Amino acid sequence: MVNFKEDIRIGFYVCHCGHNIAAMVDCPEVAKYVATLPNVVLSRDYKYMCSDPGQELIQMDIREHKLNRVVVASCSPLLHEHTFRSATEAGGLNPFFFHMVNIREHNSWVHTDRKEATEKAKGLSQAAVMRVAKHKSLDVKRVPVNPEALVVGGGIAGITAAMALAKAGKKVYLVEREPSIGGHMAKFDKTFPTLDCAACILTPKMSEVGSHPNITLWSYSEVTKVDGYVGNYTVQVKRKARYIDEDLCTGCQDCITQCVFKEPKFEDLFNEGLGKRKPVYIPFPQATPQIVLIDPEVCLNFKRGIKPGQEPVVSDKCKKTCVEACGEKNAIDFTQKDELEEIKVGTIIVATGFKTFEAERLPQYGYGIYPNVYTALEVERLVNASGPTGGDVILRDGKEPKSIGIIHCVGSRDKKTHVWCSRVCCMYSLKLAHLLKEHTGAEIYNFYIDMRTPGKGYEEFYNQLLDEGNHFIRGRVGEVTDWAVTKEEEGKLVIRVEDTLAGVVRRIPVDMVVLATGLEPQKDAQDVRRLFNMSCGSEGFFLERHPKLAPVNTFNDGVYIAGCCQGPRDIPDTVAQAGAAAAEALALIDTGYVEQEPNTAYILADCCGCKSCIPLCPYTAITYDETTLKAVINEALCKGCGTCVGSCPSGSIVQNLFEDDEIFSEIEGVLAFK
Amino acid sequence: MKYSYFPGCSLKGLGRAYEESLLPVMKHLGVELQELNDWNCCGATAYMAVDEGKACVLAARNLALAEQNGGHQLLAPCSACYMVLNKTQHYCQDYPQMKETVDRALASVNLKYSGHSTVRHPLDVLINDVGLEAIRQKVVRPLKGLKIAPYYGCQIVRPYATFDDQFNPVTMDKLLQALGAEVVRYPLKTKCCGGSLTGTLPDAGIRMVYILLNEARKRGADCLATVCPLCQFNLDGYHAQLRSQYGDAVLIPTLYFSQLMGLAFGLPEEELGLKRAAIPFRWRPAAPVAKAGASVAVA
Amino acid sequence: MTDPSKSPNGGWTPRIVAFFCNWCTYTAADLAGVSRLKYSSNIRVIRLMCSGRVDPQFILDAFSRGADGVLIGGCHPNDCHYVEGNYKMLRRFQLLKRMLADLGIEEQRLRLEWISAAEGEKVKRVVNEMTTQIKALGPLGMPEKFRDWDQEVIELAHHVEKSGAAACCCGSAAAPKDSKAEVAHV
Repeated sequence: MVNFKEDIRIGFYVCHCGHNIAAMVDCPEVAKYVATLPNVVLSRDYKYMCSDPGQELIQMDIREHKLNRVVVASCSPLLHEHTFRSATEAGGLNPFFFHMVNIREHNSWVHTDRKEATEKAKGLSQAAVMRVAKHKSLDVKRVPVNPEALVVGGGIAGITAAMALAKAGKKVYLVEREPSIGGHMAKFDKTFPTLDCAACILTPKMSEVGSHPNITLWSYSEVTKVDGYVGNYTVQVKRKARYIDEDLCTGCQDCITQCVFKEPKFEDLFNEGLGKRKPVYIPFPQATPQIVLIDPEVCLNFKRGIKPGQEPVVSDKCKKTCVEACGEKNAIDFTQKDELEEIKVGTIIVATGFKTFEAERLPQYGYGIYPNVYTALEVERLVNASGPTGGDVILRDGKEPKSIGIIHCVGSRDKKTHVWCSRVCCMYSLKLAHLLKEHTGAEIYNFYIDMRTPGKGYEEFYNQLLDEGNHFIRGRVGEVTDWAVTKEEEGKLVIRVEDTLAGVVRRIPVDMVVLATGLEPQKDAQDVRRLFNMSCGSEGFFLERHPKLAPVNTFNDGVYIAGCCQGPRDIPDTVAQAGAAAAEALALIDTGYVEQEPNTAYILADCCGCKSCIPLCPYTAITYDETTLKAVINEALCKGCGTCVGSCPSGSIVQNLFEDDEIFSEIEGVLAFK
Repeated sequence: MKYSYFPGCSLKGLGRAYEESLLPVMKHLGVELQELNDWNCCGATAYMAVDEGKACVLAARNLALAEQNGGHQLLAPCSACYMVLNKTQHYCQDYPQMKETVDRALASVNLKYSGHSTVRHPLDVLINDVGLEAIRQKVVRPLKGLKIAPYYGCQIVRPYATFDDQFNPVTMDKLLQALGAEVVRYPLKTKCCGGSLTGTLPDAGIRMVYILLNEARKRGADCLATVCPLCQFNLDGYHAQLRSQYGDAVLIPTLYFSQLMGLAFGLPEEELGLKRAAIPFRWRPAAPVAKAGASVAVA
Repeated sequence: MTDPSKSPNGGWTPRIVAFFCNWCTYTAADLAGVSRLKYSSNIRVIRLMCSGRVDPQFILDAFSRGADGVLIGGCHPNDCHYVEGNYKMLRRFQLLKRMLADLGIEEQRLRLEWISAAEGEKVKRVVNEMTTQIKALGPLGMPEKFRDWDQEVIELAHHVEKSGAAACCCGSAAAPKDSKAEVAHV
């Protein structure tokens, strides 16, 4: 086939990918077949095309055989398209004279019949060969990257990521939904396996974040809108009303002491509802920022009976002793309203964390029915020196426990709730067992399915617990009940379990039950995912771009994930991942620009000006030119979805890289072969 | 509200009191029950244990009959029937081979089971179709002061939790409260009643009965309320054995929830099958409170 | 080249052309691969950036070139990477379905599925389901039909030519000779 300008000379390469492809696809056979197709001047099969020699092979062939098109049949283009485009470019061609065929993820890995898979590979390759002949030279557009970054979520992941960026000299916005940063880690008493005090290692980091000149910390704030694209995001943040002027409040907390409520009487969520707080409060002593806030739902100076979601109304009925106490600082402002701020950033790190499994969902374990059944997070507060009991393990009925049962895998590894292992529960159960024994001297029973202690020093910690004389009973607990059979069981909680090592059903009477609840995605994970244009796995955690090779990247370039929002993990892993996310963001910021896939659309002179494309564009990139009476696409705004192209009645819109001709050739190609 | 009604063998035999009370109560609530014509054994217990295929064919025949008569909602009050009919639906859905067996057998008698019918339990119908409010309005003699241990048995929530929680069902709790009774917290509400063990391994079976009754008594219950003929039989029928095995007969009566509803609705006592129980239930609600208007008339 | 309507193992087997959006469904198919899920090999995936790019002509073209089924995969509603391209596709799909019915193409041959990047399992299910359904329907055979129809038209033209203007009372003369080549595949 002779082109007016040039002969099309295609080089075709089929990759064995070791055995990954070659085991199911007869690669030499595919190469042999493709060699017979028009325009193909060279067809090879090779063990690893993505290896250096593989890429050099392409470059050499381009020069020696004067190739002007390259097709590689190997893995998914989402993995290696960039690699081979670069190789094509290094060989002296425009990188877009390359096309990739996916015969691994879409073929060898999913089919079982070698003959069928080989035929399919031939068909897909033929389609690519026919398509690539139509390819045109395209230019990559470079867009500058805004060097400022946004970190969403102020748990240990967000803190670490923000600090890493700030230390590298980048301006960071850290947005946290709660009044203080710290996340779940701030609630923990000690951390496994070293039994470091969580507050001792976390709070210095928190204050560092709070005072770092490069970090703008917005607590009690939520991201409400994200526009733009990699390198250039416009983000809207809602700063919720604290009824305190953040610039004026010094954190002296005189207002709390002087509040008209002499005793704290409202549910303290930081202490998991075990303690009480006043309407004006600071979530916990080391809270960062050290700024109080007022809860309008219970503060006497606000009207009662306001429905959730409605704006609080000032009643002015209170004596306002808090305002008096604040005095000249004048930081209290009952008229404060939620405010929207708009910021521009180039990269975003999402570290929105997790939620613990709701133990009420398993009524057989008696949470919410028997007062002495606790969740693990409640126990963290119970053993904490700054917790509601000052670190004394006093049960809800006022007693001190003599025997405690810790039930593992509550809401984990269970088809009825969550199938995944929450990874941290075995270890934190061991930690709580140790702490509870230390605090109370009680007999401790652990009920586990399997002990999972992978990690540095973890197995050793398990051995230590065994030596401390804790009981370990292997079996999923059937129920926690107060149904007593013997005298000893009267007045106790009875844990009924099949001891699968002894092969008997046992009844263990205890005073206190601790439920090691698993980790699950935040309630609003789906909304957050949409906000940042990410994906979620089927279980609801944010989806990484590649489970091994791009664990902190998402499908949205410029948006990275860190911590438990991506899946359950412990603190060391979270910190490491947050560092990785920050490094990815830094790489992008320091590169200074992003290359945009040139798959934008443009309008041909044939346009008849029907305007049907204009309302279809979600980015308002298409306008109507009154002088030429034709539609015009603003390339800077076009994101390359091709929706307008698919619906232009006169076929006058062209999408680069996905031109009609190219796709028709591909259709023809895949159908030319079985 | 209209349902096909599948009594099963129990409600015509040992559990006659259940039918005797359920039918007038449902009628009183305006629920129309039409007994399935030519119904047969549901296929429970022995059949299921020996040959699941044949058991499913038996159950499916009833489902097919219900479909044929246009009654796509089949009310099955007996727990065993309810479970087996549900199981058959699931099996036919999940196992093509089972569906084939069933189809072949039914075809030989010109029947067809499409899978469109739903099996309903009276509690499900009462809570979700009739509604607690409608029930509350019919209560003329509230069961004030009566403490009841709600006992669901194993089969209506396991393995298929169709309308209530598998471990902590609450529909009957709500129903009994609507009747004005006090419901005691009874953590054994889904524990085994001893089932057919009372007949085959009496020691084990009687032990289970003892645990259930003893725990209800400990929690101050005046009676147990049940939904299952076999549970009712086990809890009501072995007091002599309890006395010989434990030296404690635990004379606490076990009633069907429908009997308690009948009492609260003020239906004639003799029509509620109360006298069929071995342990007599002597407690009676107070006579209907005279309405304000009525008392004025007397004055 | 082997006969396209025969499977390599002999006998007919359906050919399904799929248009998958880059962000959700194509990624889901990658995930199916990484998870080593097994599904029938009858599907040929063409990657587009968005299901909104699917021009109805692509679908008709695929059918006319011998596809027995066409599958379109996009992100779930509200999840489109480009805000609402999938919704635009849905609108086209609804209209196209009616047209296909008029053409005598069974509705099971065209399928639109929302498959998120996490739903590798769904790719497997949908491909297997569709393959089974289309196997039951049998070959669509549009290319053969076009050939037959061309033949019919040519014969009709000959017939009209032979019988002359006398037979024609409605005034519309036989189609001009050179138009017969235009009949097919447009």
